[in-house]
Amino acid sequence: MDSPTAALHEGTHAEHPSYQRHHFVTMAQQKESASFGMWLFLLTEIMFFGGMFTAYLIYRNWYYAAFVAGSHTLSIVLGTTNTAVLITSSFTMAMGVWCAETRRRGGLIVSILLTLALGLVFLGIKSVEYHEKWVQHHVPGLRFDAMTFVHPHAEPGQAAEPPLSLDMAEHTEVYFSLYFAMTGMHALHMIIGMGLLIFMLIKAIRGAYDNGNIAFIENFGLYWHFVDIVWIFLFPLLYLISRHQ
Amino acid sequence: MSDHQNHHEEQHEENHIVSPKIYAVIAVALLLCTALTVAASYVEMGPWNAVVALAIAVFKATLVVLFFMHIKYSSKLMKLTVGAGLFTFLALVGMSMSDYISRAWGSF
Repeated sequence: MDSPTAALHEGTHAEHPSYQRHHFVTMAQQKESASFGMWLFLLTEIMFFGGMFTAYLIYRNWYYAAFVAGSHTLSIVLGTTNTAVLITSSFTMAMGVWCAETRRRGGLIVSILLTLALGLVFLGIKSVEYHEKWVQHHVPGLRFDAMTFVHPHAEPGQAAEPPLSLDMAEHTEVYFSLYFAMTGMHALHMIIGMGLLIFMLIKAIRGAYDNGNIAFIENFGLYWHFVDIVWIFLFPLLYLISRHQ
Repeated sequence: MSDHQNHHEEQHEENHIVSPKIYAVIAVALLLCTALTVAASYVEMGPWNAVVALAIAVFKATLVVLFFMHIKYSSKLMKLTVGAGLFTFLALVGMSMSDYISRAWGSF
């Protein structure tokens, strides 16, 4: 009790919000610590996805023709739509944080619902893409056939893809492995995020954030934007950069 | 009660709340960049297609980090944390790539 911290703590105790923990001197310090911890977690997430991005770059360089052919099987329309959907969901989440900061319970609930809905649309479109991969025998390990790359047939109105050698065609399985690993881990992050959104929705409806104790919402916002950033890099790498090769 | 309310108003002042207007501008910028990167992918630029696509992606990610994730308005500790993460990421990817590039380099 004789330490300066304790004295300061005692002196300002009456002005504390009830949710300020005792080991923090000020609310600003508590908020800073919470954000700092969340960012440290996000840095580990960057390293996690970074490993897969590095694997993608290295294998793309090794089996270049296979990665180009694999990339051409993805739908730019679906990928672009999903990018727009995810960016919009980041915007609605940012608005949710703003509503929480300014104590608009109704606005927060609407923002969470919109973010949830956009997340569902993203996963819906993603599952359409996954189903297409299943139909085309492009699912590594489970249902894969490289022969469509050895003997490509032209889609109506489009020129046929250049055929690959059998050896290179088999390496398209590496492309699809990385495609499913990266988009799958991204989708898993979204599913976890949507679980947390439902949790926050219930708490928001009960008025749990009306007292300004919104660190959870702010940190979830950081998480959701991070997932958005991962997709911002996945989209060009998987869908776009091999269109002309 | 009104004292209580005022106190929280002051706290919000020092925490800096990013306005919906800024969020909207950034969201529109991100959507325009998405349109731009898709349009650029239809232009034949050889190896520059990848460079342009990644440059646009880096720009978009920077907008998200600075504004949606509030780093522009955060303390030096937060800016340094993000910077340290970015540096470590680039060092790890860069070192790995330099190894592989110097072993077997196909057409990029």
